[in-house]
Amino acid sequence: MNPNAARVTTLGLCPDAQIRECLPTGIASLDALAGGFPRGAIAEILGPESSGRTTLLHSLLAASTAHLEICAYVDTDDSFDPVSAAAAGVALSQLVWIRCGHNAGHALKAADSLLHAGGFGVIVLDLCQVTPRISNSIPISYWYRFRRAIENTPTILALAEKEPLARSCASLMLELQRKKIAWRGAPGFELLRGVELEAASRKPVRPSTAAFKARSLE
Amino acid sequence: MMFACIHGPSGTLPEIAAGFSPAFEQTAPDTIVFRVDGLQRLHGSPRQIAQAIARQAGDEINVAIAETTDAAIIAARNFPGVTVSPDLNDLDVATLPLTEEMTQVFESWGIYTLDQLAQLPQNGIAERFGPHGVYLQQLARGAIHRPLKIFQPETTYDDRIELDHPVSLLEPLLFLIARLLNDQCARLLSNAMAANEVVIRLELEDRTEHIRTLHLPVPMRESKSLLKLLQMDLEAHPPQAPTVALALSLKPVHPRTVQTGIFLPVTPAPDKLELTLARIRGIVGENNVGVPELLNTHHPHPFLLVKTQPAIASHQQPATSHQGFRYFRPPLPATVELDRNRPLRITASGIHGRVLKAAGPWRTSGDWWTTTVWNRDEWDVALTNNALYRIFREPADRWFIEGSYD
Repeated sequence: MNPNAARVTTLGLCPDAQIRECLPTGIASLDALAGGFPRGAIAEILGPESSGRTTLLHSLLAASTAHLEICAYVDTDDSFDPVSAAAAGVALSQLVWIRCGHNAGHALKAADSLLHAGGFGVIVLDLCQVTPRISNSIPISYWYRFRRAIENTPTILALAEKEPLARSCASLMLELQRKKIAWRGAPGFELLRGVELEAASRKPVRPSTAAFKARSLE
Repeated sequence: MMFACIHGPSGTLPEIAAGFSPAFEQTAPDTIVFRVDGLQRLHGSPRQIAQAIARQAGDEINVAIAETTDAAIIAARNFPGVTVSPDLNDLDVATLPLTEEMTQVFESWGIYTLDQLAQLPQNGIAERFGPHGVYLQQLARGAIHRPLKIFQPETTYDDRIELDHPVSLLEPLLFLIARLLNDQCARLLSNAMAANEVVIRLELEDRTEHIRTLHLPVPMRESKSLLKLLQMDLEAHPPQAPTVALALSLKPVHPRTVQTGIFLPVTPAPDKLELTLARIRGIVGENNVGVPELLNTHHPHPFLLVKTQPAIASHQQPATSHQGFRYFRPPLPATVELDRNRPLRITASGIHGRVLKAAGPWRTSGDWWTTTVWNRDEWDVALTNNALYRIFREPADRWFIEGSYD
């Protein structure tokens, strides 16, 4: 037997290619595309305004709280809406909400404390409304530190943002866009019924996309 | 086994009992019972023991020695002076804790003494009066052998240090607090208790007091965790003058017991989570960390941020794909052009565009009976910038963008 065979096989494995347990979001098409959110890793949710990032975050939190896990929402810009989160199935009593008052530095420190405390199912770091000037000034060492803190734990760090920030530190990168707004009722008397969204997996790269719908609150 | 019971109006009964046995039961403020088996070599026969107790207790106190706890109690309550191995057969049945119904029934049956009650068939008593009737009959027969419920004096967890020199820095103060905490937490541990409130009282050089109270969401007894919480609290709220004395007080409660399961997911340890949240509160502010709670109201912001620890919900809602919403806090003031009272174009800081479609207005109002009245018209609008917003107009014709659907 070639003594180098085992070494070659080991070197051929990318660290992120290791089999991780995944948390399905409950959105069938998205789970079929990405296989769920990998535990012990960073997942990035990208997209412009109204592209469905918050909807997806709520689905992820709902799935985690349904597994009787404790979650945390680091709300950089005080934008979290508990009403729509509860409507999506998030058990609010299992959620720690941290309002950072538009201070990205505070949000990163809070996320760091939570990640190192351990025991959380999902920690959301919401950077959706952070300006590019601030988001680009976040040192990349933060993301390596965060990845290191959660590897070998069941915690998922979900980043929601406009542009990718963690890049190579992320194990999953989903890009969302809105396809269509659904209205109902006669012209002049319309009601917002919901939106149709589309997700593409940028990391790992998948050729197909996943379409899903989100209903508006009645 | 032999038990002695002392019964009387004296307020010094615990001291008298403690003179003969360290472990005694105080069944009522005027009744104490304790074992006297080991006193035979010291005082002699049971009667000599009873007389020794009576000499110590005084004339007003009855002393009884019997083979069971309850027999001793009944004898001490019903026979004056010293009684040893009493004959309870002729005692009135009313000396037992009877219910009103039992009293009437026993009277109709002609049962007046404990002996008569003891001789009734047990099955009949059980059928007529249930377990309480059987218990009373066992009492009448002197057949109940139970351990003593040992009296525990109330333990306080307070300590105080007076300093030789005023201390103005927090770090040396924390050394002293740590010393007090270590002692008190060790006492909590030895008594199988925990604390859910910590009060630190700093007496300052300017003759004022600086008092800080930590309300812990879960009972804790780890001195390191408590010290860290106190440190973070004192860093956020430092005393205004050097400290000359400090006092620490812990409120004891029973520790939290949780039945965990092998297949349940791991959740943060309560004490570690409290430390983490305290640390984060130090960064983002005291009132910005907690658990969201919905309110039963139609108010536009029907939720609160409650300063507590997360807990597993008893009822899990099914997950549904509902559209998420993001607030702009505070709402963005906007300029809205109207066309026949419908939004046509919106301009705000960082947001501007023509309205592609609008749904509304949805008029909501409430709390008009309070000073926090709210009244507004809401619209859902899709703009040419490809985003979907909720805007609202206040009665003074001021427009705001409340947030975006995301």
